[in-house]
Parts: sequence; C-alpha cells; structure tokens
Amino acid sequence: MKGNFIDNLPKVYGIYTGGFLAFIIIMSIAEQMGMTAKTIGICFVAFTVAIYAIIGYLSRTAQADAYYVAGRQVPTVFNGMATAADWMSGASFVAMAGGIYFKGYGYMALLVGWTGGYVLVASLLAPYLRKFGCYTVPDFIGTRYGGNLSRFLAVVVLTVASFTYVTAQINATGTIASVALDIPFQYAVYVGLVSILLCSMLGGMRGVTWTQVAQYIVLIIAYLLPVFWISNKMGAGFFPHFMLADEVSRIAELEAQFGFVKNSAENLKEVPKGLAGITKAHSAVNATPWAFISLALAMMMGTASLPHVMMRYFTTPSVKAARKSVGWSLFFIFLLYSSAPMLATLSKLSLIDPTLSTGIIGKSIAEVQAIDWYQNWNQANLMFVSDFNGNGTLELNEFFMGGKAVVLATPEIAGLPYVISGLVAAGGMAAAMSTADGLILAIANAISHDVYYKIIDPKAETAKRLVVARVLLVVIGFAGATIAAMEIQGILGSVIWAFDFAMSGLFFPLVLGVWWKRANREGAIAGMALGLISGAGYLIWVRTGGSGFLGITQLTFGIFGSFVSLVSMVVVSLMTSEPNAATQKMVDEVRVPSGKSILGKQH
Amino acid sequence: MSKQAQHWEKSRGLLLVTLAIWFVFSIGIFLFGAEMNEVTGPFGYPLTYWFTCQGSLGAFVILIFWFANRQEKIDEEFGFSERGDD
Repeated sequence: MKGNFIDNLPKVYGIYTGGFLAFIIIMSIAEQMGMTAKTIGICFVAFTVAIYAIIGYLSRTAQADAYYVAGRQVPTVFNGMATAADWMSGASFVAMAGGIYFKGYGYMALLVGWTGGYVLVASLLAPYLRKFGCYTVPDFIGTRYGGNLSRFLAVVVLTVASFTYVTAQINATGTIASVALDIPFQYAVYVGLVSILLCSMLGGMRGVTWTQVAQYIVLIIAYLLPVFWISNKMGAGFFPHFMLADEVSRIAELEAQFGFVKNSAENLKEVPKGLAGITKAHSAVNATPWAFISLALAMMMGTASLPHVMMRYFTTPSVKAARKSVGWSLFFIFLLYSSAPMLATLSKLSLIDPTLSTGIIGKSIAEVQAIDWYQNWNQANLMFVSDFNGNGTLELNEFFMGGKAVVLATPEIAGLPYVISGLVAAGGMAAAMSTADGLILAIANAISHDVYYKIIDPKAETAKRLVVARVLLVVIGFAGATIAAMEIQGILGSVIWAFDFAMSGLFFPLVLGVWWKRANREGAIAGMALGLISGAGYLIWVRTGGSGFLGITQLTFGIFGSFVSLVSMVVVSLMTSEPNAATQKMVDEVRVPSGKSILGKQH
Repeated sequence: MSKQAQHWEKSRGLLLVTLAIWFVFSIGIFLFGAEMNEVTGPFGYPLTYWFTCQGSLGAFVILIFWFANRQEKIDEEFGFSERGDD
C-alpha cells in the first residue's frame, strides 16, 4: 500500500470490515454443514480477539506522545468510532436493552443521559483540553491549578471512578469468555484480561485507538444485524426504528389485557436471583419527572467528567477536529442506543403475544418447559417459569428472565441461526474489551505520568517512563480481574456509580478551570476533596439504610457530591487570593483555538 | 475591547445558546413527560417515548455538529482558525 498508515485508514478498515463479513458468511456455511454451536462460538471470539492482538502488536511504540496520545494524529471520524467503542461498554451492549425491557421509561433516562452528556463534552471541555495539550486529565488539573496536591487529588478521583467501572468490564469479558469458550468464570476472567492487555500494552493509546476502531466495527454489526433480521422475520417492519409503532401499541394493549399482577414475597423467593418479571409499562411514563431528570443529569455530568472518554479527544490533530470528533462519537453511539429500545420491543412482543408462534404467555407451563431455547436459557440461569396460581397456564407474572437474555437469547427465540449468537458474543466481547482497555489505560497513564513522572521522578527518561506505564497497566489489570473474579456487584450498578464518583470530584474543577478565571488552587483542592468525600459518604449512608433526601438515590449520589464540590470550590476560591498573572494568561490562551498548545509536544 | 476578549464573548454567547437547546431536549420535555406522552409523535410512537428512544438522542447529534460549525465560523471571523486538516 502506498502512503502512510493514516492516509490509508479508510482502505485498511474497509478491507477489515469486508473480511469480517466474509467470516460471518463462512461461519454460517459451516453451520449448515454441521459445525456445532460451541465450535462456532469459540471461532467467533478467538478470531476477533486474535485480530485485535495483531493490531495491538503492530501499533507498538517507544515514544511518549504515541504512547499517551497516539501521536495526536487520529482523524475525526476514526476517533469518533474509537470513542464510541471506548464508551459503549459491556453494560451498553448486553444489559441496556434488558433494562429498557424491564423498566421502560424510568430506565430510558440513561439513554438520554449517556448521549446528552456529549453536548457538555463538546461545548464545555474537549476543545479546550485539546488546546491545553495535556496527556491525561490530571495533567490539566495539575498545570491549570498548579501544585502536586491538586494533581494528586485528580488522580485519586480518576482512579476511584475508573476502577469502579473497570471491574464491571472485566467481569463482562469473563462472562462472555466463559460462555463462548466453555471454561469456568474464575479462569475466563483472566482470559479476558490477557486479551485486554494484548491490545494496550505495547502500543498504549496508539494500540488502543486502532483496536477500538476495529472493535466498534464488530460490535455495531453484531448489534444491528440481529435487530434488523428479527424485525423482518417477525414481519414487524423492514426498518425497525421507523416502523415499530404498531408493535409498541400492541404491547400496551396486551399489558392492559394481562394486567400487572403483583407476586407475593413468598412466591418470589422461588425465583432465581437476578431474574425479573415484567412489572412496568413498556411505553407509558412510569417515573416522576425528578426521578427521570435527576438520573439523566447525573449521567450527563458524569459523562463529561470520565477521563477515559476525555482523553480520546487529546488524540485529534487539532482543536477544530476535537469538536467535530465529539459529534461523530455521538453519531456512532446513537446507532446502537437508538436500536436498543427497538430490540427490547421486538423481544418483549415475541415473548408475550399469544398470537405469535414464539409467544409463550397463555401456553401451558409444561409446553413452555419443553421448548428447546427455554431449557437452554433456564440452565444458564437466565429464564424461569413457575405456576404460582396453579392453573397450569403461564401468566405474565409467572415468567422471569435475566436482563442479559434480551440481547443474548432473542436471536435464538426468534429462530435465527446460531451463527448470530456467535456474532453477538463477539460483539459483547468487543464492547467490554474496548471499554476496559480505555479505563485501564486512563488509570495507568495517570499514575505513570502524573504521579511517577510529574511528582516522584521528573528526570526519568522516556524509556523508563514507558516501562513504568506498562508495569502499572498489568498491575491494575490484575487487580481489576481479581476483584471481578469475586463477583461482588452486578454489571450495571457499578457502571452508574462510576459516573457519580467522576462527577462528584471532577466535573466542576474541570469546567471552572476553563470557564472561570478566578478559580484557584485552593478552590480546586476543596472542590475535588469535598466533592468526592461527600458523594461517597452519601452513597455509604444510603447503602447502610439511610433514607436520603430530595429523592437522591444511590444511583444519583453524584448530584449531591457535585453540588458540594461546586459550593466549596466557589467559596474557597473567593476566600483565597486570585490565581497569579501567569495562570490567568494561560487560561486566556486556552480559550484561543489557534496557536501552540500550553504544554509541549513531548512533556 | 481586544480581539481576544471579543472572540471569547461571542464564544460564550454560543455556549449559552447551545446549553439552552441542550436543556430543552435533556430536561425540559421530561418535566411534562406524562402529558406529552398522550400525543402521537413521529412514526406513530407516543411522543415522550419517541424522544427517549430517538428524538432527544438525534437532537444532541445535530446540536453538536451545529455548535462545532458555528464555533469554527467565530474562530475564522477573528483569525483564530487553525490551518490544515480535520
């Protein structure tokens, strides 16, 4: 190929996409010829992970700016894809449609929050931090406010938020690897971890960037293909996003017909842990305005404070490109997020509509228990039926399912070939791996660059810095995997906490660093420390039986944390002296998009 | 007023407009979620439901590109635009 790698990107990823589609076709032919479901699953996961590892190896580097910010030459659209993969985690891929399926409107605040946050990223932060020229988010805090303490606190907030998030991602890679490769979860977690480290260890941000683009392509194909296929197969519409209005109103009709019967606590004891029944309306408004808005707001402000997303915009060639790149990121995220409610609708209707051949509500319990896919997913602990009222017929309140089953089981329920299930496993693996990579790299980079290089040993040579960075990457990865192997929390809960931690400690110190010249070191230190402490304190209080106030729950504690952060930052800043002239001049320069960045190319 | 101060004033104006539009699609409409869901929205979905599935999400995508273009115009006006690619 002529020219350098960057110029050839469309061609390289075009060939890659074609190759992946060809692989899907080969697999489906192999299925026809009698390849077992298990072999197909192994092929899908092994093939895609091998490709990522090759990309990771080809991206190896010994330069600091390539390792930390991919040499700042990632084109807008490709950075958008990489950000989308970085962003959409195992939770988005595997659990989101399930959340919508079970909780309806109240849950969909997450869709609005996880997209609306990008408006804040584009308008308040990304272009200015790109102009600043930092390698990491604490790099900005440390230089703008000055002093080792502010830099260190930013690293602490970043680590708390990202580590909460990353254990969930490693957990998800382990879950998928254990199902696809048929090995116990405790080992599968480390298989997932090794795959993750293969992408990031040699190339740092450069390796992660190019594997994330590859992972985005796999995950979006794996999500959209089944949605379109199921919709067409059910006769629901050629383009589901525009054509499911009838299905949505049909679900509302069936809900009214069946009614939401409440199960007794005694009956619910029989239901395996983690499974839920349909208890909330599909398309009706089932949450108060404040419940919806507070959750959406917490997710939006958390989005703008999560360092693994912000650092993706440090890799663009210019400030202008950083802004556009946020738009592309959200576009690529939109493709998946707007499909999740459609999948939830198709999945729910195919299960509950008695007039469809796949519908199980209204059938006899014995008949349902004899269905192949019911037996498979019941064994996997993701489906359960029980005849609570003893009439022999399955009622709406007698059917229970795990959240993950909406994405994982719907293709099988709708009668799609197994190759699709293999594809979905590869997509889920890609989603969880890409996010875990971004998070582990964010933590390791912050500790190696900001704590080791900037605070402990400012004279360290590049080679030594990069060795430290890589060692940290492995250590943090193993720490995350070890905690993931203990299976403490569910995937989704810990993801939401990460947003709340990030917004509690970092949102206002970041935003005011650009938009309020008077913000000073003392204020930022108070904002980060008190924000994080009060947010974490509120979470612990609510978790240990506290009643909470103003409707702020354990999922939205960041609203309280960031409020404390804002107030303390403003009050302390105003009580202490204003930043020196050099700092004020620096803020003025950050606001001008052209010209040299504040920090040098190599620093 | 210096060129730089004027540029910042305009940028801040654009930020306020952007945040106002953002507020409408992320918070404003959900203050009246229950009432608006009675109305039939685009493609026949209940209106609030449609906003949570597609409407608000799509509006954010368009808003960011619109914001980026406007900001580029402001930068050009004051000679602060960067040369080169995007």
